[in-house]
Amino acid sequence: MELGDFIQNFADQFDDTDASTFTAETNFKQLEEWSSLMALSIISMIDEEYNVRMTGNDIRGTSTIGELFNIVKGRI
Amino acid sequence: MAYSKLHNVSIIGVSACVPRNIVENKDYAIFEEGEAEKFIATTGIERRRIVENGVCTSDLCFAAAEKLIIDLNWVKSDIEVLIFVSHTADYKLPATACILQDRLKLPINCMCFDITLGCSGYVHGLNVISSLLSSGNSKKGLLLVGNTQSMYAAYDDKSAYPLFADAGTATALEYNPDANEMFYHFSTDGSGYQAIIVPDGGCRNPVNEESFKMIDFGSGIRRSKLHEALDGMEVFSFGIRRAPETVNQLMEKFSLSTDDVDYFLFHQANKFMNERIRKKLKIPLEKTPYNIENFGNTSCATIPLLMVTNLQNELSNQKLNLVLCGFGVGLSWGSAYLSVEKIVCSDLIEI
Repeated sequence: MELGDFIQNFADQFDDTDASTFTAETNFKQLEEWSSLMALSIISMIDEEYNVRMTGNDIRGTSTIGELFNIVKGRI
Repeated sequence: MAYSKLHNVSIIGVSACVPRNIVENKDYAIFEEGEAEKFIATTGIERRRIVENGVCTSDLCFAAAEKLIIDLNWVKSDIEVLIFVSHTADYKLPATACILQDRLKLPINCMCFDITLGCSGYVHGLNVISSLLSSGNSKKGLLLVGNTQSMYAAYDDKSAYPLFADAGTATALEYNPDANEMFYHFSTDGSGYQAIIVPDGGCRNPVNEESFKMIDFGSGIRRSKLHEALDGMEVFSFGIRRAPETVNQLMEKFSLSTDDVDYFLFHQANKFMNERIRKKLKIPLEKTPYNIENFGNTSCATIPLLMVTNLQNELSNQKLNLVLCGFGVGLSWGSAYLSVEKIVCSDLIEI
């Protein structure tokens, strides 16, 4: 899996945040649009695109998109 | 017993009772500006039925059972099994099923017990009572399934309170040598027991002064250890994998295809999760009814409540092949395939 695609898939879940905002270093929980419901969209996207199950602790324990990418990559 | 096949038993009636009291999620004070709209758009839950003080699950199930017994023209002395499935029993002990035996004036020659399961409880309860009846030792049984989980949710916990609602249901089953076979699949993963939990008040963590303390988890989530804690992300992640899995396992094992099924009745968890499950299984929308917008998540009661609110006409007038699927607290999940033909489906009761 490619980091660039992952960031794109991540960004696609957001409606009001500019796509250029998203990089591997982006601390996604600081984004104004981030919410507990958005977390479900991310879990759903990772399930659909990568067939990887994220736990609640995975989301709670990460801050950046890059960290999330590494977890998903490790489980493929 | 991951799989089971049962003969000689049919569902012959179903009824449901909800509280008259309607609570609108758009009026929920803990939501910030614009949050109610987002919550409703995602979960699908616009309003919920919530019991008023003093009304228990057993009261809702009692009303549902009384109505169903009348509509079926059943003689009470013929009922030999009563199972109550709930997480909101009247007392820690005795079993609520025993109290309901007396309230319903069922005979003393009646086997009564509780099953403590939540979202998966209807499918489990159906299997247990059907197994008991299929031998023919008992001919008629009542499965009373409900929850009043609004009592366990903290008002100040927006991760749980606006999801949960209350309902009680009754399903009547009968020994019938001509019945179509029922198929089941069950699974359990207790390693996820903390994903939905009321931490204190049982024997593991008896009530103490700390139990009552309200804890602030931030982001509009405040509750005590006597309230129900829901790890929404964990449950979501579990549901979107396990629910499709059990339905697929059931259908593969018993050589069923989507075309063989008139309706897939899923536990009404939240619309976002349910739609994800439906799409993974490639089931057309018209085969998966929803009532979550008006009734919320009523735990084990969702599936029989859905039968009453959405399928009353068809259940009463024709034959339907149904797949039922429950998943959640435990973590516990399961699915069933069964046929029902012109059963008694009582009008929805409100108390």
